[in-house]
Amino acid sequence: MFDKKELEKIARAKAAWDKKAGECRERDALFETVSGLPVAPLYTPADVAGLDYERDLGVPGEYPYTRGVQANMYRGRLWTMRQFSGFGSAEDTNGRYKYLLGHGQTGLSVAFDLPTIMGRDSDHPYARGEVGKCGVAISSLADMEVLFDGIPLAEVSTSMTINAPAALLLAYYVAVGEKQGVDSRILRGTIQNDILKEYIAQKTWIYPPEPSMRIITDIMAYCAAEVPKWNTISISGYHIREAGSTAAQELAFTLADGFAYVEAGIAAGMDVDTFAPRLSHFFNAHLDFFEEIAKYRAARRIWAKRMKNKYKARDPRSWLMRFHTQTAGCSLTAQQPENNIVRTAIEALAGVLGGTQSLHTNSMDETMALPSEKAVLIALRTQQVIAYESGVANVIDPLAGSYYVEYLTNKMEEEAEEYFDKIEALGGVLKAIEKGFFQKEIADAAYDYQKKIEQGKRVQVGVNEFKLDDEKIDIDLLKVDPAVEEHQNKRLAKVRAERSEAEWKKALGGMRQAARDGTNLMPHFLACARAYATLGETLDVLREEFGEYKETPIY
Amino acid sequence: MTHKRIRVLVAKPGLDGHDRGAKVVARALRDAGMEVIYTGLHQTPEAIVEAALQEDVDVVGLSILSGAHMTMFPRVRELLREKGAEHVLITGGGILPEDDIAELQKVGIGRLFTPGAVTDDIVAYIKEAVPSEN
Repeated sequence: MFDKKELEKIARAKAAWDKKAGECRERDALFETVSGLPVAPLYTPADVAGLDYERDLGVPGEYPYTRGVQANMYRGRLWTMRQFSGFGSAEDTNGRYKYLLGHGQTGLSVAFDLPTIMGRDSDHPYARGEVGKCGVAISSLADMEVLFDGIPLAEVSTSMTINAPAALLLAYYVAVGEKQGVDSRILRGTIQNDILKEYIAQKTWIYPPEPSMRIITDIMAYCAAEVPKWNTISISGYHIREAGSTAAQELAFTLADGFAYVEAGIAAGMDVDTFAPRLSHFFNAHLDFFEEIAKYRAARRIWAKRMKNKYKARDPRSWLMRFHTQTAGCSLTAQQPENNIVRTAIEALAGVLGGTQSLHTNSMDETMALPSEKAVLIALRTQQVIAYESGVANVIDPLAGSYYVEYLTNKMEEEAEEYFDKIEALGGVLKAIEKGFFQKEIADAAYDYQKKIEQGKRVQVGVNEFKLDDEKIDIDLLKVDPAVEEHQNKRLAKVRAERSEAEWKKALGGMRQAARDGTNLMPHFLACARAYATLGETLDVLREEFGEYKETPIY
Repeated sequence: MTHKRIRVLVAKPGLDGHDRGAKVVARALRDAGMEVIYTGLHQTPEAIVEAALQEDVDVVGLSILSGAHMTMFPRVRELLREKGAEHVLITGGGILPEDDIAELQKVGIGRLFTPGAVTDDIVAYIKEAVPSEN
């Protein structure tokens, strides 16, 4: 992209500057990205001398999609403002959804409680003390109907953060749609359904890897035919990052997982273009502004290149990587929590400048509780201020051509490729999980990060610097009503009493048979949903057939 | 009985899968010369107490971010008491509101470490609270 003579001139000027700058004192600080990548004081064309505009950047909406996946990006349509939320009972959460939609949120995102996520009914012994605490409690289709009461599924798109039980929650959603008279073919949304990162980072698994991958390929095949506007996986890096990984690890491990799903789909006999256009991604937006932007751009380029060249996808929709972003929970502090509004704003800005399709902004009180109404409103307004007041949404990929950002984008791609080689040498993602490769990388990175903070090398405003003595936290926190557990127990008793025993038995029997004979499980998830089999009852059948995963912890 | 090295069980009770903190603490305690047993995830209070007794630990550290702490901490305290292991120090950390911490300390739970806590402080606390030959 640069003329050889120009580069020589620039190199001479840089050398002269190097000498001068070298004589200046530098601040006593860590000149590294949040992930530990050394950062030079200055970048020039020499740092991106090999950049080829058409090959490496291109235009938005065209291969390799470095500059964005839609032709006119936010000029055409802003990212979806999609706040992850849920708490207490379905009634409580339905209320919060209506609040957020009323204030300008443009998509729904469901947070389920731990029992639901782990495939247990609210009245299971393991659920004691946990019902409704981290998200909404959903134990059957009855709860799901309440959750979406008054919300037209034909008009909204809904993302559900659910993994091991994802097929069943999708079935509940389709069944609610049926009751609203909405054909599954027009339903829009996403299930996270990314089991690989569960073993690696989020740890909300039920079954072992192989049967879990089978459930996922069943979902892919089913949705391609019956729910074609649905994103079957949200291939995630967010949780990998929250567990302590670096940006490069987040990028590499996420994409490696994604490619593993692509290979699984192909191995299950599907044409890659049947399912790949409906794979989506989910990244973290951490504090190092430029590192995050580079990460997203590198992610798009890597995905496009591999999908086209390695997996031979022909449909451009298989090449383009669409993603959701959430600002980094792990970057927030309990001390001086109002500062989290600032951190979230910076992180959200990185997501937007990185071209995200949808965005969740954290609330300032999330180191202590689920968001209060006031806090989540500020978080939503943060997105709206960025979208409507800052001007950044008026130009596509405005940081392209920045010597630093393009250098960093290239660097992130290189680091990811190094990791891909390591993973391949270990025998692929599933083998690497078995060997604890990802888990060790993450644990090491997390420990290293904590050490740097404790040694004062990395500053955390309000925590190891700029502290307040005798700080009094003065914000109202959300409290989940403990009565929700009793409320759920009553509803479960009602559901069990009122359903048709014959239909229920038939549905569970059908699930068991399909688990054994290998036919697609989705129709059976639907039958169980419609028969008001509870979440636990349905998933227990598969626990019996597939077994349960047990991890060997590495720290 | 006093050990040559302080023995600590780091445990994740309940359904909560967030283990970043528990692992960092486990490693820091190990680096500080303690014997650490990490139970892994999804442990019932009963399983934790059984492991604590089997491993003859001086300290049980619970990590809870899920909001289930008012159930889990007292239950572990109760079970240890029942088994005659009253001497075992219960500490821990996670997402624990100040009011709840005060309540837990009334029923015999030790110091608790919330976001912003430093591993050096946890190490110092345990070394001070546990009688050992070191």
